[in-house]
Amino acid sequence: MKRITGIGQYVPADSPVHRLDAAAKIGVVAAFTVSLFLVRGFAGLALLAAVVVAMTAVSRVPARAVVRGLRAVAVIMVFTIVANALRWQPPEALVRLGPLAVDGVGLRAGVFFAVRIMLLVTGTSLLTLTTSPVQLAGGIERVLAPLKLVRIPVGDLAMTLTIALRFIPTTAEEAERIMTAQQARGASFDAGGPIARARAYAPVLVPLFFQLFRRADALATAMEARCYRGSEGRTRLVEARMRPVDWATMLVAGTLLIAAGVLL
Amino acid sequence: MRRPSRCMKGPCTPVISFESVGFRYRGDAPLALDDVSLSLEPGELVAVVGANGSGKSTLARLCDGLLAPTSGRVLVDGLDTSDPASLWQVRSTVGMVFQDPDDQIVGTVVEEDCAFGPENLGLPGPEIRERVDAALAAVGLDGLERREPHLLSEGQKQRLAVAGALAMRPRYLVFDEPTAMLDPAGRRSVLEITERLAHDDGHGVLVVSHDTAGVSRADRVIGLVAGRMVFDGAPDGLLGDPALLERVGLSLPPVARLAAALRGRGLDVPVAAADAESVVSALWR
Amino acid sequence: MALTLSEIGCEYAAGTSLASVALGGVSLVVEPGELVVVLGSTGAGKTTLLRAAAGLLAVSHGSVDVDGRPASGAGARRGAVGLVFQRPEEQFFSLSVEEDCAFGPRNLGRSSDDARDDARGALAVVGLDPVVFGPREPWSLSGGEARRAALAGVLAMHPRYLLLDEPTAGLDAAGRDAVCAAVEAARADSGVIVVTHDAEVFLGSADRVLVLREGHTAFLGDVPSLLIALPGLVAAGDMEPPEVPRALMLARTRGFAPEGELTFDVEAAADMLAAAWHDPRGGAK
Repeated sequence: MKRITGIGQYVPADSPVHRLDAAAKIGVVAAFTVSLFLVRGFAGLALLAAVVVAMTAVSRVPARAVVRGLRAVAVIMVFTIVANALRWQPPEALVRLGPLAVDGVGLRAGVFFAVRIMLLVTGTSLLTLTTSPVQLAGGIERVLAPLKLVRIPVGDLAMTLTIALRFIPTTAEEAERIMTAQQARGASFDAGGPIARARAYAPVLVPLFFQLFRRADALATAMEARCYRGSEGRTRLVEARMRPVDWATMLVAGTLLIAAGVLL
Repeated sequence: MRRPSRCMKGPCTPVISFESVGFRYRGDAPLALDDVSLSLEPGELVAVVGANGSGKSTLARLCDGLLAPTSGRVLVDGLDTSDPASLWQVRSTVGMVFQDPDDQIVGTVVEEDCAFGPENLGLPGPEIRERVDAALAAVGLDGLERREPHLLSEGQKQRLAVAGALAMRPRYLVFDEPTAMLDPAGRRSVLEITERLAHDDGHGVLVVSHDTAGVSRADRVIGLVAGRMVFDGAPDGLLGDPALLERVGLSLPPVARLAAALRGRGLDVPVAAADAESVVSALWR
Repeated sequence: MALTLSEIGCEYAAGTSLASVALGGVSLVVEPGELVVVLGSTGAGKTTLLRAAAGLLAVSHGSVDVDGRPASGAGARRGAVGLVFQRPEEQFFSLSVEEDCAFGPRNLGRSSDDARDDARGALAVVGLDPVVFGPREPWSLSGGEARRAALAGVLAMHPRYLLLDEPTAGLDAAGRDAVCAAVEAARADSGVIVVTHDAEVFLGSADRVLVLREGHTAFLGDVPSLLIALPGLVAAGDMEPPEVPRALMLARTRGFAPEGELTFDVEAAADMLAAAWHDPRGGAK
């Protein structure tokens, strides 16, 4: 049985966003993030939210794929609202709950921060949804290339990232197999308190880590056998490059986003 | 006849040669290989057999310079594998395929992995494309270029590993127990590929195994016992000698035993019978 | 007293666009002391069958019954069915073989001392001396030893039914023989189901054979009946043609009629072929 999990969330499609160079997309997302932290009011957030919605439509990815990422941060968002809204015995309050009260100003702030988190998550997930892992790693490598001047091994880090992505589904399959095998020997993973449950995972994590280290060693040998000796001098099957349209899109979008952040 | 350690002028006879090679994993460990001498030439299919622990995998890794001999030397087209300066050349001349396909695949999609070797060699994009297309076609994976590796069957994954080695355009290919993790269909396709690579495409192919499956197709068989070479000759010589088979730790597949039983009854059946067809054809031409 | 699979069906991701049927309407009854071999091409549902029989996978149709109780859920008796996965040696997690083998019994509620006794007993059954192998690190064992140690880990739970998924895959001849001996020893008290591609290894001692095709039963019966159905099964790609019976089949299709029933036995087959060869009506060359 093969699990139908792709690497990351990449949804292949043919859209202007998909065709945009990965490094340009990273640049735009960076500008979006900066703008998100510059805007001071709901007007700015509303504009950025509109940008996310518009981009989702242009990129032809299903809306529920974008929204799916929010499940992970839902708890944080709720916590943010609550932590900002509740105050201890304030003089003014919208609603009182014993010594705690909901403060109007705090509530506004909480919602603002929560919406910002939401836009941050949806905005960046648009990047991973429209860019394949290999393109993404390549884009990151090119964006960080200047760091090579200060002797940071950007190429090797990018290779590490690609290999990690390649092994996510394989490792997940292995973990599932080991878990089921230990269950077949009577292990149970959902009984007892938190400490007992954590201990119950040892028979899964130990062999998994052992296999991962063993595999890393074997993989290194195989890579050496194919003449890998670091990322210096390596060429690519498909050499991604920024075209004029990529530069233009990145600069225009980036400038508009930052301007919006400064003004709103 | 000693060959020069570096071909300075004129062509070298292309060959991988082991000259009295010994190998120890650690200073105090027993010898994993003991005084082994052999040669592998382009166009040959050589099978190396032995039980687990006989030194077969060590031998495979010595072919590629992944290990350097503790004594003796290994020459690949005249280059000494112990010489760090030669390793680059050695490794692009000798392609390796290991036992577990998942331990060899680094690309996120098929064509990316196949391109890994040529990319390391610093070749230009269009040439990489050409090599990848040719290698994938040679192993029957054309059409699956954009497939993610974890969606391939074990046999397909192993063939991808072969393609990855072929993309380096090596003169020799060394397979270390390539079929251990495959089902019978996968085993057949990989063994077929090894035969084709040697006899049709002219590569020097070495297949290490503890299984007699590929032995009958080989031009030569080398048998290892505890690191020492006890046999180097035609498959018949090994398959027809029960005492030697037992020493090497191999068991005959049922069809070979049938051939032996028929010979015992006075019928002329080839020793190295690989399948039912060859037995029946030998009896009734 | 039996392990009873009644018309079981397993679906994955039912109701979604990714729905697939892994098993449909398979029935099988295994009693202690019996050996049932399960064959089928990759993806036919053999592993799913084992997981369902062990109660690790919920069935969407039919039922799995272990000695009158359900295989999973509240009424199940834990440890009644033992499942040994593929490459079980990859699941070791303890610092000593004995401790790893004792994991199963401890999970069943045995005391530390009793669990250790169970572990030692199981190691002895698989041919690993508990005194020698008990204290060793699992990762220091050879392929065949590790495979048997992992098998002991399941046997230590004294399952009434033992399910094995490709127990001889990747082992050399000695390892295969050792595992077969261990399975025979286990069969004394348990009902055994073996999924394998190494049909010839286990068919000699099998009571019955189940052949799966795309999740359904292509054949269920004893070995003699399997030999009669063999041509159809081989043609459909369900199993590798066992070369010895196939030699007899081939001889027949070419018009040379070896008298007698198809068999896996090498000597008997040789007798039949030799007799046919000497027969003047057989068209000997």
